[in-house]
Amino acid sequence: MDRIISFLIRRQGRKRLTAADAITYLYLVAGTVVMFGPVLWLVMSSFKPQDTLFDFPPSFLPYQQESVQIEGYAEPLPLYDITFADGTTQRLAQVQRVGIEVRMIDPNDPGAEPLRINLREIQNRTEVRSTYFDTRNYTGGIASFPFLTYLGNSVTVTVVATVITLLVNSMAAFGLSKYRYKGRDAIFLVMISTLMVPVSVILIPAFLVITQVGWNNNLWGVIVPAAATPTGVFLLRQYMLTIPDELLESARIDGASEWRIYWQIVLPLAGPALAVLTIFSVMWRWNDFLWPLIVLSRTELFTLQVGLNAFQGALNVQWHYILAMTVLTLLPITVVFALLQRYITTGIATTGMK
Amino acid sequence: MSTLDLVFAPLQRVLGVQRMGYFFVLPNLLIFGIFILFPMLLNFYYGFTAGDSILPENRQFVGMENLQTLFACGNFLDPNTCVQDRFWRAASNTFTFVVGQVGLMVVLALITALALNRQIAGRGFFRSVFFYPVLISPVVVALIWKWLLQEQGVLNGLIVLLGGERVPFLTDANWARFWVIFISVWAQMGFYTLILLAGLQAIPKDLYEAASMDGAGGWRSFRSVTLPLLMPTMLVVLVLSLIRAVQVFDQVYVLTTGGPGTATLYMVQYIFQTAFDRHNFGLAAAASLVLAVVLLILTLGQLRLGRASEIA
Repeated sequence: MDRIISFLIRRQGRKRLTAADAITYLYLVAGTVVMFGPVLWLVMSSFKPQDTLFDFPPSFLPYQQESVQIEGYAEPLPLYDITFADGTTQRLAQVQRVGIEVRMIDPNDPGAEPLRINLREIQNRTEVRSTYFDTRNYTGGIASFPFLTYLGNSVTVTVVATVITLLVNSMAAFGLSKYRYKGRDAIFLVMISTLMVPVSVILIPAFLVITQVGWNNNLWGVIVPAAATPTGVFLLRQYMLTIPDELLESARIDGASEWRIYWQIVLPLAGPALAVLTIFSVMWRWNDFLWPLIVLSRTELFTLQVGLNAFQGALNVQWHYILAMTVLTLLPITVVFALLQRYITTGIATTGMK
Repeated sequence: MSTLDLVFAPLQRVLGVQRMGYFFVLPNLLIFGIFILFPMLLNFYYGFTAGDSILPENRQFVGMENLQTLFACGNFLDPNTCVQDRFWRAASNTFTFVVGQVGLMVVLALITALALNRQIAGRGFFRSVFFYPVLISPVVVALIWKWLLQEQGVLNGLIVLLGGERVPFLTDANWARFWVIFISVWAQMGFYTLILLAGLQAIPKDLYEAASMDGAGGWRSFRSVTLPLLMPTMLVVLVLSLIRAVQVFDQVYVLTTGGPGTATLYMVQYIFQTAFDRHNFGLAAAASLVLAVVLLILTLGQLRLGRASEIA
């Protein structure tokens, strides 16, 4: 045991754990509980049968009451631990309950006559529980909530918008970083000056434009407006500035067209910046809420976020389904994070944007 | 590839090499112009016209009337004396939220970044755990916490187990305000922690060695080396988080829809509801002009700080 502890608290240079280290660990572990605990609780809750969701005291793991199949009875019988008045405890299956009297049978002695037990005359009667992950919230939720439609819409929006963003942003960044022409700096300046203009400031006129274009209640209305993000142009331009112009010159001497230079030389070289932008774009589009909420009012066009909000705002809140659907909405971004976390965290640390 | 070249080669012959730049900028510029720049300018038109039609031709020019309505107050510190009391409640709620959220978050992000910057086991794991909520969508964040904070939820369950009374976390005005701040710190802190961590790691190690050779202890070297060198990053974090906090909307909209009453009604929700529930587009546009001015000031602040530091 001592060796395990000394291994755990060993540090570089073989120094012992200092008080500062102990406080650091304490803080980080407490932080882990606060940061990850709520998500874990959500996932656990989503596997709990509807009738145990609001149990008190709350149990961490989802469970079900155990039951046994006993010969002579059509349905499996629920198991209870009964503590009798004299303190002895016995595990019995309940056949029937009438008022304060229950009829119970010993599963080990199924042939015997059922015991009649008055609930007032015993000390305790508790359900026999076993951990059980119930997936009915998921199956039922998918059936009663057009999850797959919303998922399809969200995936469409995310994928199409990200492809468009990458294409038009990288073209613009290329045009702004590798050519000299009149008005270039003005264009760049205007774009950059709107870097911090959030959609919340231009809701009404942007909605008018969408309506005039005929994209009200149309996924294009969600996809296109945010595709020309100045943030993406800025990020890619700064990166492309580091690509030496000599490379482009020698390609021109070899007879490559400008499009070819963009497509076959500059784009591959801008790979790391494109990767960062891809991650951001996926995150932005997948989590987008306010703009889709305004553009989409027909339920069959809802994205997951808008649909989930409508579902939770319904008069009769069906928490057991909402929990399951929330977990499903959370799943894709969690998988992406698990696979790409190194790129995501270094991407943010180096570009300082979200 | 070659088919695309068939289209672009003649174009290039007409434009010349340098002016192909126009062609590359065009698609982005079109989308940007139609859906961002043009609406930005049109917003002024809405702000100075009235009527319940969203079509520009059906609106009447009223000059400063919308702005005057917004600012018609007997006493600016008391929303009840204002014509648009909801606007002022939203403004004062937003102010409280911004101060509370940014203050709490910057302090916690700094502490977390300092902890993660130490030579400890499991750094990568802890970094991921603190960052993970950043990726969760605001709607999901709100639902996770709404589930925890229910009257019958697990937090109240724990309180009762410890012998306390159930607390109406989301239906009591002050509790709701607290949780809105807490949840938004929970969801965003990891992002700023990462930026601060990058700032901390950029501080040269030999400065600390020099400090300890001069006899500086932990606290002294934190105050004299870490803090001053981290200041530029801190300022960037401060301004970025201010700009985001002013625009608080989605999480709160799902969690409390501004309630109870108007306790968690913030600016963006005021604009959203004035425009799309009450169809008072002029007033909403005027309010968004006010919001835009606030954001402009914060952005200019960031640009100045960005130039002053090498980080941004």
